[in-house]
Amino acid sequence: MARSHKLDRREFVAIVLAFLGSIMGVVVGLPAIGYLIDPATKTQKKEDWISVGPPENYPIGTPTLFSFTRTTVNGWEKTVNSYGVYITRWTDAVDDISAFSNLCTHLSCRVTWNEDEMGYICPCHDGIFDDQGEVVAGPPPEALQEYETKVEEDVIYIYFKEG
Amino acid sequence: MVLKVYTWLDERLGISTIYDLVLDRKVPKVNWWFTLGSASLFLFLIQAVTGVFLTVYYVPSPDHAYDSIQYIMNGVAFGWLIRGIHHWGASVMVIVVFAHMLRTFFMAAYKYPRELTWITGVFLLITTLGMGFTGYLLPWNQRSYWATTVGTDLVGTVPIVGDFLQAVLRGGTDLSAVTLARFFSVHIWFLPAVILILLGIHLYMVVKLGISSVPKEE
Repeated sequence: MARSHKLDRREFVAIVLAFLGSIMGVVVGLPAIGYLIDPATKTQKKEDWISVGPPENYPIGTPTLFSFTRTTVNGWEKTVNSYGVYITRWTDAVDDISAFSNLCTHLSCRVTWNEDEMGYICPCHDGIFDDQGEVVAGPPPEALQEYETKVEEDVIYIYFKEG
Repeated sequence: MVLKVYTWLDERLGISTIYDLVLDRKVPKVNWWFTLGSASLFLFLIQAVTGVFLTVYYVPSPDHAYDSIQYIMNGVAFGWLIRGIHHWGASVMVIVVFAHMLRTFFMAAYKYPRELTWITGVFLLITTLGMGFTGYLLPWNQRSYWATTVGTDLVGTVPIVGDFLQAVLRGGTDLSAVTLARFFSVHIWFLPAVILILLGIHLYMVVKLGISSVPKEE
């Protein structure tokens, strides 16, 4: 090959300028892109394991409400949402536990456990769910949302999912 | 290939003509003071670009202005850099534009036939100061709040129409959400539009008439 081509001054300047220009473009461009896409890189997990306390807090056979709040941060704004979950220990066994959301599947009113009716009653439109969360009566289209549970070091956790 | 594309575009757009007229125009032998105009233009472009980027997160409302800037500074990647450049670039721009005016004045470059360049330049200096004044309020912190309170109080001392002018600036008797909103609007729409028009005339005059040479001693 070796047909040596002599670089003249103009070509040299053009190459150096293109090289430095590319570096400057990257140095300026990358932070600019990072700045614009930053919020997308910080989306929060909508689901997580949540501690609901030791089993002793929950009498066997009686669904008991546990209330908690979750904070979401969007930019400089914080939103605190409160949630309720009914925990039922069926037997002495540590993992024999059910956890149901207290949001009615009809229009998201809060259901409450009624000992006399042995069911979750929705105050808005008289929806009734049994102790397994299944619909017994009323307008709710589906069963109460059930959360996965686990017990670690004498603390019950539920796998909370929004919506 | 690149050359072909360039030739195709040049034939239609006349890029090389523009290049020859604007960048390859004849200039007298001058010194470093003559770079202040280009420096002003460069600073304006930097302020424009960083300003556009800041509006992505900044919210001009008393409820959000301060927090949104805190978020830009601490929450967003490189937000500190972009606001830092805008913040310091603003001060540097006022200094450079002012020095540019002084150079023109002391070298008597405003004389015939360059009076229009000078006049538009004076208004560009004033709009630059206006940008500084309106931008200063936007962080909505104690300093900017009280600086704008004092700044608009000054207008109130104008005879007869002072109170009215002050109310126009503030959008009411007190500094409020209305003040913040209108300062923001003036900062990002009105003044930049005025600057672009003036800058167009200013640069056209510079290209058309050429620049004056360094004054010689008698």
